[in-house]
Amino acid sequence: MAENRYLLNAQLAQMLKGGVIMDVVNVEQAQIAQEAGAVAVMALERVPADIRKQGGVARMSDPGLIKAIKEAVTIPVMAKARIGHFVEAQILQALRIDYIDESEVLTPADEECHIDKTRFEIPFVCGARNLGEALRRIAEGAAMIRTKGEAGTGNVVEAVRHMRTMNREIRQLTALPAEEIMSFAKVNGIPYELALDVKKLGRLPVVNFAAGGIATPADAALMMQLGCDGVFVGSGIFKSSDPARRARAIVKATAYFNDPEQLLDVSMDLGEPMAGLDVATMASGERLAGRGW
Amino acid sequence: MDAVADPGGIGVLDLQGGVQEHLDHLRRVGVAARPVKRAADLEGLAGLIIPGGESTCLSRLLNIFSLDKAIRQAYDQGLKLWGTCAGAILLARENIGEAPFLGLIDIAVNRNAFGSQLDSFNREALAPTVAREPIPLTFIRAPKIVRAGEGVRVLLRLDDYIAAAEDDRILVTVFHPELTPSLAFHRYFARKCGLDVAGDDAGLDPDWTPLSWTRFSFHI
Repeated sequence: MAENRYLLNAQLAQMLKGGVIMDVVNVEQAQIAQEAGAVAVMALERVPADIRKQGGVARMSDPGLIKAIKEAVTIPVMAKARIGHFVEAQILQALRIDYIDESEVLTPADEECHIDKTRFEIPFVCGARNLGEALRRIAEGAAMIRTKGEAGTGNVVEAVRHMRTMNREIRQLTALPAEEIMSFAKVNGIPYELALDVKKLGRLPVVNFAAGGIATPADAALMMQLGCDGVFVGSGIFKSSDPARRARAIVKATAYFNDPEQLLDVSMDLGEPMAGLDVATMASGERLAGRGW
Repeated sequence: MDAVADPGGIGVLDLQGGVQEHLDHLRRVGVAARPVKRAADLEGLAGLIIPGGESTCLSRLLNIFSLDKAIRQAYDQGLKLWGTCAGAILLARENIGEAPFLGLIDIAVNRNAFGSQLDSFNREALAPTVAREPIPLTFIRAPKIVRAGEGVRVLLRLDDYIAAAEDDRILVTVFHPELTPSLAFHRYFARKCGLDVAGDDAGLDPDWTPLSWTRFSFHI
Protein backbone atom coordinates (compact mmCIF):
# COMPACT_ATOMS: atom_id res chain seq x y z
CA MET A 1 0.00 0.00 0.00
CA ALA A 2 1.34 3.41 -0.92
CA GLU A 3 1.84 5.85 1.94
CA ASN A 4 -0.78 8.25 0.60
CA ARG A 5 -3.31 5.41 0.37
CA TYR A 6 -2.74 4.53 4.04
CA LEU A 7 -3.22 8.18 4.96
CA LEU A 8 -6.46 8.42 2.95
CA ASN A 9 -7.68 5.32 4.79
CA ALA A 10 -6.80 6.72 8.22
CA GLN A 11 -8.48 9.97 7.16
CA LEU A 12 -11.74 8.23 6.26
CA ALA A 13 -11.78 6.96 9.86
CA GLN A 14 -11.26 10.58 10.99
CA MET A 15 -14.43 11.52 9.12
CA LEU A 16 -16.34 8.88 11.10
CA LYS A 17 -15.35 10.40 14.47
CA GLY A 18 -18.19 11.13 16.84
CA GLY A 19 -20.37 8.65 15.00
CA VAL A 20 -22.00 5.27 15.46
CA ILE A 21 -21.28 2.25 13.26
CA MET A 22 -24.12 -0.28 13.36
CA ASP A 23 -24.23 -4.03 12.63
CA VAL A 24 -26.93 -4.89 10.09
CA VAL A 25 -27.92 -8.28 8.64
CA ASN A 26 -30.15 -7.21 5.74
CA VAL A 27 -31.09 -4.30 3.49
CA GLU A 28 -34.01 -3.23 5.66
CA GLN A 29 -31.84 -2.93 8.77
CA ALA A 30 -29.18 -1.05 6.78
CA GLN A 31 -31.79 1.50 5.72
CA ILE A 32 -33.06 1.87 9.30
CA ALA A 33 -29.47 2.42 10.47
CA GLN A 34 -28.78 5.05 7.82
CA GLU A 35 -32.07 6.79 8.49
CA ALA A 36 -31.23 6.91 12.20
CA GLY A 37 -27.91 8.64 11.49
CA ALA A 38 -25.33 5.82 11.52
CA VAL A 39 -21.99 6.93 10.01
CA ALA A 40 -21.41 3.46 8.55
CA VAL A 41 -22.90 -0.02 8.63
CA MET A 42 -21.20 -3.34 9.30
CA ALA A 43 -22.82 -5.83 6.91
CA LEU A 44 -22.95 -9.39 8.22
CA GLU A 45 -25.14 -12.50 8.18
CA ARG A 46 -25.55 -12.84 11.93
CA VAL A 47 -25.02 -10.34 14.71
CA PRO A 48 -22.57 -11.47 17.42
CA ALA A 49 -25.37 -12.41 19.85
CA ASP A 50 -26.66 -14.97 17.31
CA ILE A 51 -23.17 -16.20 16.42
CA ARG A 52 -22.70 -16.81 20.13
CA LYS A 53 -26.02 -18.66 20.45
CA GLN A 54 -25.74 -20.77 17.30
CA GLY A 55 -22.08 -21.71 17.64
CA GLY A 56 -20.20 -23.43 14.81
CA VAL A 57 -17.64 -21.74 12.60
CA ALA A 58 -18.44 -18.10 11.83
CA ARG A 59 -17.03 -16.95 8.47
CA MET A 60 -17.11 -13.93 6.18
CA SER A 61 -20.70 -13.20 5.13
CA ASP A 62 -22.04 -14.08 1.69
CA PRO A 63 -20.70 -11.33 -0.62
CA GLY A 64 -24.14 -11.24 -2.28
CA LEU A 65 -25.67 -10.01 0.97
CA ILE A 66 -22.91 -7.42 1.45
CA LYS A 67 -23.36 -6.24 -2.14
CA ALA A 68 -27.13 -5.81 -1.66
CA ILE A 69 -26.52 -3.73 1.48
CA LYS A 70 -23.87 -1.66 -0.31
CA GLU A 71 -26.35 -0.85 -3.05
CA ALA A 72 -29.06 0.12 -0.57
CA VAL A 73 -27.19 2.83 1.39
CA THR A 74 -25.02 5.88 0.72
CA ILE A 75 -23.00 5.69 3.97
CA PRO A 76 -19.78 3.61 4.09
CA VAL A 77 -20.14 -0.16 4.27
CA MET A 78 -17.82 -2.33 6.34
CA ALA A 79 -17.67 -6.12 6.50
CA LYS A 80 -15.79 -8.67 8.58
CA ALA A 81 -13.03 -11.06 7.58
CA ARG A 82 -11.70 -13.78 9.91
CA ILE A 83 -8.46 -13.04 11.75
CA GLY A 84 -5.62 -14.08 9.43
CA HIS A 85 -7.94 -14.94 6.51
CA PHE A 86 -6.31 -12.79 3.86
CA VAL A 87 -8.31 -14.37 1.06
CA GLU A 88 -11.60 -13.32 2.62
CA ALA A 89 -10.03 -9.86 2.76
CA GLN A 90 -9.05 -10.09 -0.93
CA ILE A 91 -12.65 -10.95 -1.79
CA LEU A 92 -14.00 -8.04 0.27
CA GLN A 93 -11.52 -5.70 -1.42
CA ALA A 94 -12.68 -6.97 -4.83
CA LEU A 95 -16.24 -6.20 -3.73
CA ARG A 96 -15.07 -2.58 -3.19
CA ILE A 97 -16.61 -2.06 0.21
CA ASP A 98 -15.22 0.83 2.27
CA TYR A 99 -13.56 -0.85 5.29
CA ILE A 100 -12.69 -4.39 6.43
CA ASP A 101 -12.98 -5.41 10.08
CA GLU A 102 -10.48 -8.19 10.82
CA SER A 103 -12.66 -9.49 13.58
CA GLU A 104 -12.48 -11.82 16.56
CA VAL A 105 -16.28 -12.16 16.31
CA LEU A 106 -15.64 -14.59 13.45
CA THR A 107 -13.77 -17.83 14.07
CA PRO A 108 -10.05 -17.14 13.54
CA ALA A 109 -8.51 -18.69 10.44
CA ASP A 110 -4.97 -18.32 11.77
CA GLU A 111 -4.01 -18.45 15.44
CA GLU A 112 -0.51 -17.07 14.89
CA CYS A 113 -0.66 -14.43 12.17
CA HIS A 114 -3.05 -11.59 11.53
CA ILE A 115 -3.54 -10.36 7.96
CA ASP A 116 -0.64 -8.36 6.49
CA LYS A 117 -2.81 -5.32 5.91
CA THR A 118 -0.02 -3.36 4.22
CA ARG A 119 -0.60 -5.50 1.12
CA PHE A 120 -4.10 -4.12 0.63
CA GLU A 121 -5.42 -0.86 -0.76
CA ILE A 122 -8.61 -1.11 1.29
CA PRO A 123 -8.56 0.08 4.92
CA PHE A 124 -8.78 -2.23 7.93
CA VAL A 125 -10.08 -1.76 11.45
CA CYS A 126 -8.87 -4.22 14.11
CA GLY A 127 -9.85 -4.98 17.70
CA ALA A 128 -7.52 -4.54 20.65
CA ARG A 129 -7.61 -5.09 24.42
CA ASN A 130 -4.56 -3.04 25.30
CA LEU A 131 -1.97 -0.66 23.90
CA GLY A 132 0.40 -3.35 22.68
CA GLU A 133 -2.30 -5.16 20.74
CA ALA A 134 -3.49 -1.89 19.15
CA LEU A 135 0.02 -0.91 18.07
CA ARG A 136 0.81 -4.38 16.68
CA ARG A 137 -2.28 -4.12 14.48
CA ILE A 138 -1.26 -0.61 13.39
CA ALA A 139 2.22 -1.93 12.54
CA GLU A 140 0.49 -4.56 10.36
CA GLY A 141 -1.35 -1.77 8.51
CA ALA A 142 -4.61 -1.18 10.40
CA ALA A 143 -5.86 2.37 9.76
CA MET A 144 -8.34 2.34 12.65
CA ILE A 145 -8.60 0.55 16.00
CA ARG A 146 -11.56 -0.47 18.16
CA THR A 147 -11.71 -2.01 21.59
CA LYS A 148 -12.65 -5.67 21.47
CA GLY A 149 -15.01 -5.53 24.41
CA GLU A 150 -17.06 -8.73 24.53
CA ALA A 151 -19.30 -8.79 21.47
CA GLY A 152 -22.84 -10.12 21.61
CA THR A 153 -23.22 -9.80 25.38
CA GLY A 154 -24.92 -6.42 25.72
CA ASN A 155 -22.49 -5.98 28.60
CA VAL A 156 -20.17 -2.98 28.40
CA VAL A 157 -17.77 -4.16 31.12
CA GLU A 158 -15.10 -5.55 28.79
CA ALA A 159 -15.12 -2.50 26.49
CA VAL A 160 -14.59 -0.35 29.59
CA ARG A 161 -11.77 -2.61 30.73
CA HIS A 162 -10.04 -2.42 27.35
CA MET A 163 -10.43 1.35 27.04
CA ARG A 164 -9.17 1.93 30.58
CA THR A 165 -6.25 -0.42 29.96
CA MET A 166 -5.23 1.46 26.81
CA ASN A 167 -5.57 4.83 28.54
CA ARG A 168 -3.53 3.63 31.54
CA GLU A 169 -0.76 2.23 29.37
CA ILE A 170 -0.65 5.40 27.27
CA ARG A 171 -0.31 7.49 30.45
CA GLN A 172 2.46 5.21 31.69
CA LEU A 173 4.32 5.45 28.40
CA THR A 174 3.92 9.22 28.27
CA ALA A 175 5.54 9.56 31.69
CA LEU A 176 8.57 7.35 30.95
CA PRO A 177 12.06 8.81 30.50
CA ALA A 178 13.54 8.11 27.07
CA GLU A 179 15.84 5.32 28.24
CA GLU A 180 12.94 3.25 29.60
CA ILE A 181 10.88 3.23 26.41
CA MET A 182 12.66 0.30 24.76
CA SER A 183 12.11 -1.81 27.83
CA PHE A 184 8.42 -0.82 28.01
CA ALA A 185 8.08 -1.64 24.30
CA LYS A 186 9.71 -5.04 24.82
CA VAL A 187 7.54 -6.00 27.78
CA ASN A 188 4.33 -4.91 26.05
CA GLY A 189 5.20 -6.23 22.60
CA ILE A 190 5.09 -2.75 21.08
CA PRO A 191 6.96 -1.72 17.92
CA TYR A 192 9.50 0.85 19.16
CA GLU A 193 8.77 3.56 16.59
CA LEU A 194 5.07 3.44 17.41
CA ALA A 195 5.86 3.66 21.13
CA LEU A 196 7.68 6.93 20.39
CA ASP A 197 4.66 8.22 18.43
CA VAL A 198 2.29 7.43 21.29
CA LYS A 199 4.60 9.05 23.81
CA LYS A 200 4.63 12.23 21.72
CA LEU A 201 0.89 12.31 20.97
CA GLY A 202 -0.44 11.02 24.29
CA ARG A 203 -2.96 8.89 22.39
CA LEU A 204 -3.17 6.26 19.66
CA PRO A 205 -1.91 7.52 16.29
CA VAL A 206 -5.17 6.44 14.58
CA VAL A 207 -8.87 6.84 15.32
CA ASN A 208 -10.02 4.53 18.12
CA PHE A 209 -13.66 3.46 18.49
CA ALA A 210 -15.28 1.50 21.30
CA ALA A 211 -16.94 -1.83 20.51
CA GLY A 212 -18.20 -4.96 22.19
CA GLY A 213 -21.22 -4.83 24.50
CA ILE A 214 -22.61 -1.33 23.95
CA ALA A 215 -26.41 -1.56 24.31
CA THR A 216 -27.73 1.76 25.59
CA PRO A 217 -27.23 5.50 24.93
CA ALA A 218 -25.57 5.71 28.35
CA ASP A 219 -23.12 2.94 27.35
CA ALA A 220 -22.17 4.89 24.22
CA ALA A 221 -21.68 8.13 26.17
CA LEU A 222 -19.67 6.27 28.83
CA MET A 223 -17.22 5.04 26.21
CA MET A 224 -17.00 8.53 24.67
CA GLN A 225 -16.28 10.06 28.07
CA LEU A 226 -13.56 7.47 28.57
CA GLY A 227 -11.90 8.98 25.51
CA CYS A 228 -12.81 6.92 22.45
CA ASP A 229 -13.52 8.65 19.13
CA GLY A 230 -16.83 6.93 18.29
CA VAL A 231 -18.68 3.65 18.85
CA PHE A 232 -19.66 0.41 17.16
CA VAL A 233 -22.99 -1.10 18.18
CA GLY A 234 -23.36 -4.73 17.19
CA SER A 235 -26.26 -6.70 18.58
CA GLY A 236 -27.41 -3.84 20.82
CA ILE A 237 -29.71 -2.17 18.29
CA PHE A 238 -31.43 -4.88 16.29
CA LYS A 239 -31.76 -7.22 19.28
CA SER A 240 -33.74 -4.56 21.18
CA SER A 241 -37.50 -4.10 21.08
CA ASP A 242 -37.51 -0.82 19.09
CA PRO A 243 -34.37 -0.72 16.92
CA ALA A 244 -35.06 2.53 15.02
CA ARG A 245 -35.73 4.47 18.20
CA ARG A 246 -32.75 3.00 20.03
CA ALA A 247 -30.50 3.65 17.04
CA ARG A 248 -31.49 7.32 16.94
CA ALA A 249 -30.99 7.62 20.70
CA ILE A 250 -27.49 6.13 20.56
CA VAL A 251 -26.54 8.48 17.69
CA LYS A 252 -27.66 11.47 19.76
CA ALA A 253 -25.97 10.19 22.91
CA THR A 254 -22.67 9.77 21.04
CA ALA A 255 -22.80 13.35 19.74
CA TYR A 256 -23.91 14.82 23.08
CA PHE A 257 -21.94 12.43 25.28
CA ASN A 258 -20.92 15.19 27.67
CA ASP A 259 -24.39 16.61 28.23
CA PRO A 260 -26.35 14.75 30.95
CA GLU A 261 -29.59 16.60 30.18
CA GLN A 262 -29.56 15.46 26.56
CA LEU A 263 -28.59 11.97 27.70
CA LEU A 264 -31.56 11.94 30.06
CA ASP A 265 -33.82 13.06 27.27
CA VAL A 266 -32.69 10.41 24.77
CA SER A 267 -32.66 7.59 27.34
CA MET A 268 -36.38 7.76 28.07
CA ASP A 269 -38.99 5.29 26.81
CA LEU A 270 -36.69 3.27 24.57
CA GLY A 271 -38.38 -0.09 25.18
CA GLU A 272 -36.50 -3.23 26.12
CA PRO A 273 -32.73 -3.31 25.52
CA MET A 274 -31.17 -6.56 24.31
CA ALA A 275 -30.92 -9.26 26.97
CA GLY A 276 -27.46 -9.16 28.52
CA LEU A 277 -24.92 -11.80 29.50
CA ASP A 278 -22.73 -11.79 32.57
CA VAL A 279 -19.19 -11.94 31.23
CA ALA A 280 -17.73 -12.93 34.62
CA THR A 281 -19.54 -16.28 34.64
CA MET A 282 -18.72 -17.15 31.02
CA ALA A 283 -16.31 -19.98 30.31
CA SER A 284 -13.07 -18.66 28.83
CA GLY A 285 -13.77 -20.55 25.61
CA GLU A 286 -16.94 -18.52 25.13
CA ARG A 287 -15.07 -15.24 25.26
CA LEU A 288 -14.36 -13.80 21.84
CA ALA A 289 -11.90 -11.13 23.00
CA GLY A 290 -9.22 -13.77 23.63
CA ARG A 291 -9.05 -14.52 19.90
CA GLY A 292 -6.06 -12.87 18.26
CA TRP A 293 -3.16 -11.37 20.16
CA MET B 1 -26.04 29.82 29.57
CA ASP B 2 -22.60 29.22 28.22
CA ALA B 3 -20.29 32.18 28.24
CA VAL B 4 -19.49 33.46 24.77
CA ALA B 5 -15.76 33.27 24.15
CA ASP B 6 -13.78 34.84 21.32
CA PRO B 7 -16.53 36.89 19.67
CA GLY B 8 -15.99 37.32 15.98
CA GLY B 9 -14.18 34.05 15.48
CA ILE B 10 -15.06 31.04 13.37
CA GLY B 11 -17.00 28.07 14.71
CA VAL B 12 -16.83 24.45 13.62
CA LEU B 13 -20.07 22.49 13.83
CA ASP B 14 -19.21 19.82 16.39
CA LEU B 15 -21.77 17.04 15.92
CA GLN B 16 -19.78 14.44 14.01
CA GLY B 17 -16.83 14.26 11.62
CA GLY B 18 -13.62 16.21 11.01
CA VAL B 19 -14.06 18.85 13.71
CA GLN B 20 -10.61 18.82 15.32
CA GLU B 21 -8.89 19.02 11.91
CA HIS B 22 -10.64 22.33 11.15
CA LEU B 23 -9.98 23.70 14.64
CA ASP B 24 -6.29 22.93 14.18
CA HIS B 25 -6.16 24.69 10.79
CA LEU B 26 -8.02 27.76 12.08
CA ARG B 27 -5.60 28.09 14.99
CA ARG B 28 -2.69 27.86 12.57
CA VAL B 29 -4.20 30.70 10.57
CA GLY B 30 -4.43 32.71 13.80
CA VAL B 31 -8.22 32.83 14.00
CA ALA B 32 -10.19 32.41 17.22
CA ALA B 33 -11.92 29.05 16.72
CA ARG B 34 -14.39 27.07 18.77
CA PRO B 35 -16.61 24.03 18.44
CA VAL B 36 -20.35 24.64 18.04
CA LYS B 37 -22.69 22.10 19.60
CA ARG B 38 -25.70 24.20 20.53
CA ALA B 39 -27.57 27.20 19.14
CA ALA B 40 -26.11 29.41 21.87
CA ASP B 41 -22.58 28.62 20.66
CA LEU B 42 -23.29 30.49 17.41
CA GLU B 43 -23.56 33.82 19.17
CA GLY B 44 -20.98 36.37 18.04
CA LEU B 45 -19.42 34.17 15.37
CA ALA B 46 -18.40 35.63 12.02
CA GLY B 47 -18.33 32.27 10.28
CA LEU B 48 -19.24 28.61 10.69
CA ILE B 49 -17.62 25.57 9.09
CA ILE B 50 -19.81 22.53 8.49
CA PRO B 51 -17.17 19.80 8.36
CA GLY B 52 -16.89 16.52 6.53
CA GLY B 53 -18.49 13.52 8.12
CA GLU B 54 -21.61 11.68 7.07
CA SER B 55 -24.25 14.05 5.74
CA THR B 56 -27.23 11.87 6.75
CA CYS B 57 -25.90 11.65 10.31
CA LEU B 58 -25.22 15.40 10.45
CA SER B 59 -28.66 16.22 9.06
CA ARG B 60 -30.38 14.06 11.69
CA LEU B 61 -28.42 15.69 14.51
CA LEU B 62 -29.05 19.19 13.15
CA ASN B 63 -32.76 18.46 13.06
CA ILE B 64 -33.05 17.04 16.51
CA PHE B 65 -31.99 20.07 18.47
CA SER B 66 -33.18 22.70 15.96
CA LEU B 67 -29.62 23.74 15.22
CA ASP B 68 -30.60 23.93 11.56
CA LYS B 69 -33.07 26.72 12.35
CA ALA B 70 -30.48 28.54 14.44
CA ILE B 71 -27.93 28.29 11.61
CA ARG B 72 -30.46 29.64 9.08
CA GLN B 73 -31.30 32.49 11.43
CA ALA B 74 -27.63 33.37 12.01
CA TYR B 75 -27.01 33.15 8.26
CA ASP B 76 -29.85 35.63 7.67
CA GLN B 77 -28.10 37.94 10.12
CA GLY B 78 -24.77 37.72 8.28
CA LEU B 79 -23.03 34.52 9.44
CA LYS B 80 -20.76 33.21 6.67
CA LEU B 81 -20.78 29.46 6.00
CA TRP B 82 -18.28 26.98 4.61
CA GLY B 83 -19.18 23.37 3.91
CA THR B 84 -16.47 20.78 3.24
CA CYS B 85 -17.53 17.49 1.63
CA ALA B 86 -20.62 16.42 3.65
CA GLY B 87 -21.00 20.08 4.67
CA ALA B 88 -21.25 21.05 1.00
CA ILE B 89 -23.98 18.43 0.52
CA LEU B 90 -25.93 19.90 3.44
CA LEU B 91 -25.65 23.45 2.07
CA ALA B 92 -26.60 22.61 -1.54
CA ARG B 93 -29.96 23.65 -2.94
CA GLU B 94 -30.14 20.51 -5.05
CA ASN B 95 -29.00 17.05 -3.96
CA ILE B 96 -29.43 14.71 -6.92
CA GLY B 97 -31.82 11.86 -6.14
CA GLU B 98 -32.46 13.09 -2.61
CA ALA B 99 -34.12 15.95 -0.76
CA PRO B 100 -31.89 18.98 -0.10
CA PHE B 101 -31.20 19.87 3.52
CA LEU B 102 -30.23 23.46 4.34
CA GLY B 103 -30.45 24.43 0.65
CA LEU B 104 -28.69 27.78 1.06
CA ILE B 105 -26.41 27.90 -2.01
CA ASP B 106 -27.58 27.38 -5.58
CA ILE B 107 -25.51 24.36 -6.55
CA ALA B 108 -26.39 20.76 -7.40
CA VAL B 109 -24.34 17.99 -5.79
CA ASN B 110 -24.03 14.33 -6.60
CA ARG B 111 -23.18 12.29 -3.51
CA ASN B 112 -20.46 9.58 -3.60
CA ALA B 113 -19.85 10.50 -7.21
CA PHE B 114 -16.43 8.84 -7.32
CA GLY B 115 -17.40 5.48 -5.78
CA SER B 116 -16.15 3.76 -2.63
CA GLN B 117 -13.16 4.40 -0.37
CA LEU B 118 -10.92 2.68 -2.93
CA ASP B 119 -11.70 5.62 -5.22
CA SER B 120 -10.65 8.28 -2.69
CA PHE B 121 -7.61 10.20 -3.94
CA ASN B 122 -5.14 13.08 -3.65
CA ARG B 123 -4.22 15.52 -6.36
CA GLU B 124 -2.84 19.04 -6.79
CA ALA B 125 -4.55 21.91 -8.55
CA LEU B 126 -4.45 25.66 -8.92
CA ALA B 127 -7.41 27.66 -7.60
CA PRO B 128 -6.18 31.11 -8.64
CA THR B 129 -8.68 33.11 -6.58
CA VAL B 130 -7.57 31.30 -3.42
CA ALA B 131 -3.83 30.68 -3.82
CA ARG B 132 -1.09 31.65 -6.27
CA GLU B 133 0.45 28.17 -6.36
CA PRO B 134 -1.16 24.75 -6.84
CA ILE B 135 -2.28 23.25 -3.54
CA PRO B 136 -2.71 19.64 -2.41
CA LEU B 137 -6.31 18.38 -2.41
CA THR B 138 -7.74 15.37 -0.57
CA PHE B 139 -10.97 13.76 -1.80
CA ILE B 140 -12.55 11.16 0.50
CA ARG B 141 -15.71 9.49 -0.79
CA ALA B 142 -16.34 12.94 -2.20
CA PRO B 143 -19.43 14.36 -3.88
CA LYS B 144 -19.24 16.31 -7.14
CA ILE B 145 -20.75 19.72 -7.70
CA VAL B 146 -22.41 19.29 -11.09
CA ARG B 147 -24.14 22.66 -11.48
CA ALA B 148 -23.50 26.18 -10.20
CA GLY B 149 -26.46 28.55 -10.40
CA GLU B 150 -26.65 32.30 -10.86
CA GLY B 151 -24.57 34.27 -8.39
CA VAL B 152 -22.31 31.26 -7.72
CA ARG B 153 -18.65 31.63 -8.73
CA VAL B 154 -16.60 28.57 -9.60
CA LEU B 155 -13.29 28.59 -7.70
CA LEU B 156 -11.97 25.27 -8.98
CA ARG B 157 -13.14 23.14 -11.87
CA LEU B 158 -11.56 19.70 -12.44
CA ASP B 159 -12.40 17.23 -15.21
CA ASP B 160 -16.20 17.08 -15.43
CA TYR B 161 -17.09 18.64 -12.09
CA ILE B 162 -16.77 21.68 -9.88
CA ALA B 163 -14.64 21.08 -6.78
CA ALA B 164 -14.97 24.48 -5.08
CA ALA B 165 -17.45 27.34 -5.45
CA GLU B 166 -18.83 30.32 -3.56
CA ASP B 167 -21.48 32.96 -3.50
CA ASP B 168 -21.31 36.13 -1.44
CA ARG B 169 -21.96 34.38 1.86
CA ILE B 170 -21.16 30.70 1.39
CA LEU B 171 -18.07 28.70 0.41
CA VAL B 172 -18.27 25.03 -0.61
CA THR B 173 -15.46 22.54 -1.27
CA VAL B 174 -15.95 18.86 -2.03
CA PHE B 175 -12.37 18.14 -0.92
CA HIS B 176 -10.80 18.49 2.55
CA PRO B 177 -8.27 21.34 2.94
CA GLU B 178 -8.17 20.50 6.66
CA LEU B 179 -6.52 17.16 5.83
CA THR B 180 -3.57 18.78 4.03
CA PRO B 181 -0.73 21.14 5.02
CA SER B 182 -2.31 23.96 2.96
CA LEU B 183 -3.97 26.74 4.95
CA ALA B 184 -5.04 28.66 1.84
CA PHE B 185 -8.76 27.86 1.98
CA HIS B 186 -8.94 28.57 5.71
CA ARG B 187 -7.31 31.97 5.16
CA TYR B 188 -9.65 32.60 2.25
CA PHE B 189 -12.70 31.78 4.36
CA ALA B 190 -11.44 33.88 7.28
CA ARG B 191 -11.12 36.87 4.93
CA LYS B 192 -14.58 36.14 3.56
CA CYS B 193 -15.75 36.40 7.17
CA GLY B 194 -14.13 39.84 7.38
CA LEU B 195 -11.36 38.67 9.71
CA ASP B 196 -7.88 40.07 9.49
CA VAL B 197 -5.47 37.23 8.78
CA ALA B 198 -1.83 37.41 7.89
CA GLY B 199 0.22 34.88 6.01
CA ASP B 200 1.12 33.71 2.56
CA ASP B 201 -1.55 31.79 0.66
CA ALA B 202 0.92 29.92 -1.44
CA GLY B 203 2.91 28.23 1.29
CA LEU B 204 2.27 24.99 3.11
CA ASP B 205 2.49 24.89 6.89
CA PRO B 206 5.79 23.13 7.64
CA ASP B 207 4.66 22.25 11.17
CA TRP B 208 1.46 20.49 10.12
CA THR B 209 1.43 16.70 10.19
CA PRO B 210 -1.40 14.23 9.46
CA LEU B 211 -1.70 13.79 13.24
CA SER B 212 -1.94 17.47 14.16
CA TRP B 213 -5.67 17.04 14.78
CA THR B 214 -4.98 14.82 17.76
CA ARG B 215 -4.05 17.80 19.95
CA PHE B 216 -7.76 18.72 19.96
CA SER B 217 -8.98 15.17 20.51
CA PHE B 218 -8.86 15.18 24.30
CA HIS B 219 -12.43 15.99 25.11
CA ILE B 220 -12.71 15.07 28.76
